[in-house]
Amino acid sequence: MTANGATVAQALADLNERFPGIRFRMVDEQNRIRRHMTIYVDGERVSSLEAPTAACTELVILQALSGG
Amino acid sequence: MLDPRDQQTLVVASSTGHLGPTIFRSTDAGSTWQEAKQPPAFRPAQGSETPRSVSHTFWLTPGHADELGVWWAGTSPQALWTSTDGGDTWQSVDGFNEHPDYEKRTEDPTAGTPDGPVMHSILIDPRDADHMYLGLSGGGVYESRDHGATWSHLNNGLETTASESRAETIPWEPVGPQHDPHCVQLHPFHPDILYQQNHCGIYRIQRPDDTWERIGRNMPDNVGDIGFVMGLHPEDADTCWVFPMDGSDVWPRTSPGGGPAVYRTRDAGASWERQNNGLPKKGWYTVKRQGMCIAGTDPVSIFFGTTSGELWASRDEGRLWTKIASHLPEIYAVEVAEI
Repeated sequence: MTANGATVAQALADLNERFPGIRFRMVDEQNRIRRHMTIYVDGERVSSLEAPTAACTELVILQALSGG
Repeated sequence: MLDPRDQQTLVVASSTGHLGPTIFRSTDAGSTWQEAKQPPAFRPAQGSETPRSVSHTFWLTPGHADELGVWWAGTSPQALWTSTDGGDTWQSVDGFNEHPDYEKRTEDPTAGTPDGPVMHSILIDPRDADHMYLGLSGGGVYESRDHGATWSHLNNGLETTASESRAETIPWEPVGPQHDPHCVQLHPFHPDILYQQNHCGIYRIQRPDDTWERIGRNMPDNVGDIGFVMGLHPEDADTCWVFPMDGSDVWPRTSPGGGPAVYRTRDAGASWERQNNGLPKKGWYTVKRQGMCIAGTDPVSIFFGTTSGELWASRDEGRLWTKIASHLPEIYAVEVAEI
């Protein structure tokens, strides 16, 4: 799906407009990406919500499963 | 948790570990479920503050009978939350969560038990919606008389983990994580009477007294008075049940001597009787703090669930026990619902 924003934070905010609550599943209330979430901008893993996405063509949000 | 006020609303705390903590709710007795629009979440940290992030909601309490739609929740890290819309949106109770002594009163989330320190036993006085109690494990018992705006400790008389392990080297303090109530119960028909099973004994208090009495001193020495559950008789305020566990040197949290038994007092803790008829002669049971439930009257039924997935029942106030389910996953909580 398409999400708009100049940063990861803005893209997640855009997603959250359409899917209320989805951001809190990925990011905690202190703006920390949750432990089992990884975010890639055009194939590069990012650790900050302020990572730029202006030139991004692909934003991948991966949930790592653990526990067997 | 089923709302006793409408017998329709169910509120459930969820934390998958991967997708963060949230609350789900049903308004049709479980046929359909919706996620809360605004689950408990701390405000963003400012300056040098330690950032707080909800790990999980541990406890849910429906509000006073006169306050339809009001709910209370306790989380780890230890914090109190309230909802006025049946659990759809949750607000921080700043009178506790933002108190200047918050860090002194509560347990460091990085230093607690593996599941984190919890807030539990949120109790509402049936005579007065403004009058509340809560338990912090660790942290002690707190009381509010203004609907959560301000809180005072109610820890006088409680022995502590500090005095237990290093007697005479650490002075008793009224506030702090060395206090460790495991389960606090307020008697529904005698709400001036509370009992608690603490990390350091079994206690009773009758308000307006402000000092707990360690009634567990009257338990047999070879059993002790350590455990997690506390079950009250729904009518007789002098009768309650506990499930002792081994609280000796290494705290295995299993039945003392490998002999599982419930103990009952009928005289407010002056004396205790062993109730193990029907239970295994040998067994090393662990029962968690929400693992016992009392239901019905004359005689009352008692249920308890073990971490080994067994559910036991007595229909005659503890005289005879029958295993009614086995091979379940670890049992965290037992509740009775009328269908």
